[in-house]
Amino acid sequence: MHDNQLLCDPHAHLSRRTLLGAGGAMLSTIANQLAWADATGVTDKSRPKNVILLWLEGGPSQLETFDPHPGTPYGGEVQAIKTTTSDLMIADTLPLTAERMHLGSVVRSVTSKEGDHQRAIYNIKSGYRPDPTLVHPSIGSILCHEFPESLDIPRHISITPLTYPARGGYFGPVFDAFKIGDPQNPVPDLESPVAEGRFGRRMKDLRWLEERFRAGRLRDMDINKTLHKASTDAALKMMSSEQVSAFDVTNESKSTRKKFGDTPFGRGCLAATRLITAGVRCVEVTLGGWDSHVTNHSLQAGRCEILDAALSALLDRLLEQDLLETTLVVCGGEFGRTPRINPAEGRDHWPHGFSTFLAGCGIRKGGVYGATAADPKLDPDKPLDDVGDPITIGDLHATILSSLGVQYDREEQTPIGRPLRLSEGEPVVGLLAG
Amino acid sequence: MKQFFTSIAKWSWFVLLVLVAFGYMASGLSDSSERRRRVDSPAKETSLATPAAAIDAAEVEITDAPVAVESGSLAAVIDAVNSAREDHLAELGLVSAEPADWLTVCRRMSLALVGSGVSLEEVRGLENLPPQRRESAHLKNLLRDPRFHGYWAERWARYIVGADEGPFIVYRRRRFRHWLTDQLAANRPYDRIVTDLITAEGLWTDRPEVNFLTVTFDSNDGSPDPIRLAARTSRAFLGLRIDCLQCHNDFLGNVNLGDAGKIREGTQADFHQLAAFYSSAKTNGLQGVRTGEAEYMYQYLDETEEVEVTPAVPYAVELLPEQGDARRRLATWVTHPDNRQFSRAAVSRFWALMFGRSATEAVDNLPLDEPLPPMLEPLVDDFQKHRDIRRTIEIIARSDAFRVASRATFDVTPQHEEQYAVFPLTRLRAEQVAGSIVQASKIKSITRDSSFLVQLIRYGSINDFLERYGDLGENEFSKDGITIPQRLLMLNGDMLREAGELNPVLNATGHINLFARDNPQAVNTLFLCLLNRYPSDEERQYFVDSINECDDRGQALEDLYWTLANSTEFTWNH
Repeated sequence: MHDNQLLCDPHAHLSRRTLLGAGGAMLSTIANQLAWADATGVTDKSRPKNVILLWLEGGPSQLETFDPHPGTPYGGEVQAIKTTTSDLMIADTLPLTAERMHLGSVVRSVTSKEGDHQRAIYNIKSGYRPDPTLVHPSIGSILCHEFPESLDIPRHISITPLTYPARGGYFGPVFDAFKIGDPQNPVPDLESPVAEGRFGRRMKDLRWLEERFRAGRLRDMDINKTLHKASTDAALKMMSSEQVSAFDVTNESKSTRKKFGDTPFGRGCLAATRLITAGVRCVEVTLGGWDSHVTNHSLQAGRCEILDAALSALLDRLLEQDLLETTLVVCGGEFGRTPRINPAEGRDHWPHGFSTFLAGCGIRKGGVYGATAADPKLDPDKPLDDVGDPITIGDLHATILSSLGVQYDREEQTPIGRPLRLSEGEPVVGLLAG
Repeated sequence: MKQFFTSIAKWSWFVLLVLVAFGYMASGLSDSSERRRRVDSPAKETSLATPAAAIDAAEVEITDAPVAVESGSLAAVIDAVNSAREDHLAELGLVSAEPADWLTVCRRMSLALVGSGVSLEEVRGLENLPPQRRESAHLKNLLRDPRFHGYWAERWARYIVGADEGPFIVYRRRRFRHWLTDQLAANRPYDRIVTDLITAEGLWTDRPEVNFLTVTFDSNDGSPDPIRLAARTSRAFLGLRIDCLQCHNDFLGNVNLGDAGKIREGTQADFHQLAAFYSSAKTNGLQGVRTGEAEYMYQYLDETEEVEVTPAVPYAVELLPEQGDARRRLATWVTHPDNRQFSRAAVSRFWALMFGRSATEAVDNLPLDEPLPPMLEPLVDDFQKHRDIRRTIEIIARSDAFRVASRATFDVTPQHEEQYAVFPLTRLRAEQVAGSIVQASKIKSITRDSSFLVQLIRYGSINDFLERYGDLGENEFSKDGITIPQRLLMLNGDMLREAGELNPVLNATGHINLFARDNPQAVNTLFLCLLNRYPSDEERQYFVDSINECDDRGQALEDLYWTLANSTEFTWNH
């Protein structure tokens, strides 16, 4: 009657009475994070790992991207083309990407139980299905939480986000992605609307007022509770930091910008490479408009044109700058689209076997994992019969975290006193190099 | 001759318009209660020179009659709540801070009930009353205010149906919120509202309460999802987190169920028997949700096949009617006068909404075998009898815990805050910050009667601000501090700049610049608009000096608006 929707791991519980201190730990974590932002110097001399998530929101069609089945009843108008990985063909909508498939692996058998946009987005970005009692952190938040470092600008950034930008979840809003729009525009709120001298006077008055408010109130109020001073100092530091120039793609040559494509997504991908170079750990770049319930082929082809230029240029740039070995590129959406084409020539939501492309940072090069049937039976009771080597969202997450050097199965203490693994899946060995 | 009369008519209209505009801009800056305020406040002022600025005290309805009908019994309950607090503090060896001043208490009420600070218009109206009547008058006005009904409807919607957009077409969150607004405006008893939700039938457009069920359609193939509804009912209406029991029995004492003296660990069957009640809600095409037979099958952990699950409740079985439709039986049991857990959950929820923080570890996790903080128990007793939302709010608002100051002459520790020996500092939610910024930029209260332009500006500004500042969603009572992007938005964002700029028609700073007689009065008025208090002598002198040092008075007022809005005092409840 119902999906067995697990809200928790039965083995991941401790007694409530032993966990009362869990909530208190959260604020000190936030304070520490802000303190990191205010500190100077880099702690880790080894090359840190980064992730760029090319988020295709709306549900890209696997059949029109990485898993075409031309000439079959469900193949649609798409054709397959050869790639730089032997025996791997992808859709002709991605010709530039086809020439770079040897740099990563395509997974063609991702499966989930979420067919609704909002729930599926949550599922893919956090690795967990929505749970009313808890908000799970996204991949970038986990990475930033795992490796605290000093940087003037936020280390987790979401470019042109749509409905659900990456969140800090139970790690707290300090790990939420910093949201910006099209990188051709200035980062919002970084410039004071008044002249420097006047701004200085405002700040002086504010500090004077703050001192008086603290008097007679909670001991160490600013450090243990409000974080007003720490967050203000960090914000001021960001406002005056040279690292902010990493957001500005207008510094790049015309030819470089043209290669990424004259689109917000293309500029977002270009900005992502600059931000990673500046020390940002996770950049999410969103390309929407994939929800093709009507006229699927033309809609998907249009989106692919934007994606193809940006993805191929991104891979080239990371390779040129020797960043691909330490930067994981993940390209995918919340689900795929139905093999069956509906009367409006569209494809509907399909979580039973869709594609994600991974490259860099220890991901096997030139790999293909899983498969979907060219002639699927589409038995509603057994949708996975049409998928070879299916992998769950949890497994995909564990693979990603593992490649980023995060102990995917470590338990974190959540604010509701429930210890929870960072990922509920296991890494897919076939996707990891060596 | 005709031309002459036309000209007279035109000039008359023009003069009238000027007078109206002048009256609008100057309203709220009046000082009709000057004599009284000299006694009550540290500020020593003389009245504004503009007679047209006089605000008619009758515009703001002020009475000091208690809101609830039975004022005598209400006082007894408030006494019981206060005694419980005093005894508890004495037991812990904690001293209470002194009561806060009336303006601070009124600000807390406004933040809790309408989501913004007190308007200057309201302050001026209340100053016309004797000091001892001001808090109760403000509370009464707020409880009758449509802003309260709408604001609480949104807060309720978050814990009843969540903050997400939900499934397309079959879920209308806005309609559901309006329905809740109507229930609050009519002051319907809480148990009847909950009953309507659990037993809802019909189309989601025609019967907005049905959206409580349709919000779960996306996870159960277009039908009400008994699993999500059981989890939601348990947390929202009973304050019990039993979600884990969906998958397995409790084996660590985290979910205790059963009756007093026979408390036991929860089982997977407890969850699914509760969910089975909702299996009687069926989708019937264009008729929407209809009631049918309860039919629920489930395969328990370690079992090999599905079994039929009969609806049953996890404690107080004797309160469950034996006959009738499954959801009606469930609603009767949940809201039964002897089901104390229902009242515990409601009172805890209302308390959290008033203080901006839960009185317990989590507002939706009140184990059956654990007591609430002592001062909530008299409230629960009263709620069991009356089921009256406004009455409960009034008791909380008039309690010592709500009225105590947040600062003290002794060293304030986290324990003082936890036990309400001082008023706990609580971060304002995003919509409270936005609402307060917009309200503080106006002299008059922004209500449904405000001009269309003002309401449009408010709506647009708040939505933009929420998008940037971030919304906590269902996690209403998060204890997190402010983040860097939020600080940047406050320091440099458009909303604060536009609200504080010298606009002589729309903004308070413009009005004050035009009509405040002198700089001390300008500082007083801006403090009232933003922080809802008068400045101390030291503060007044400091900011008057700042204004005097600046060549441009208007610019200095903009700066003061910005400074106050960026303070911890403005962005936290205290």
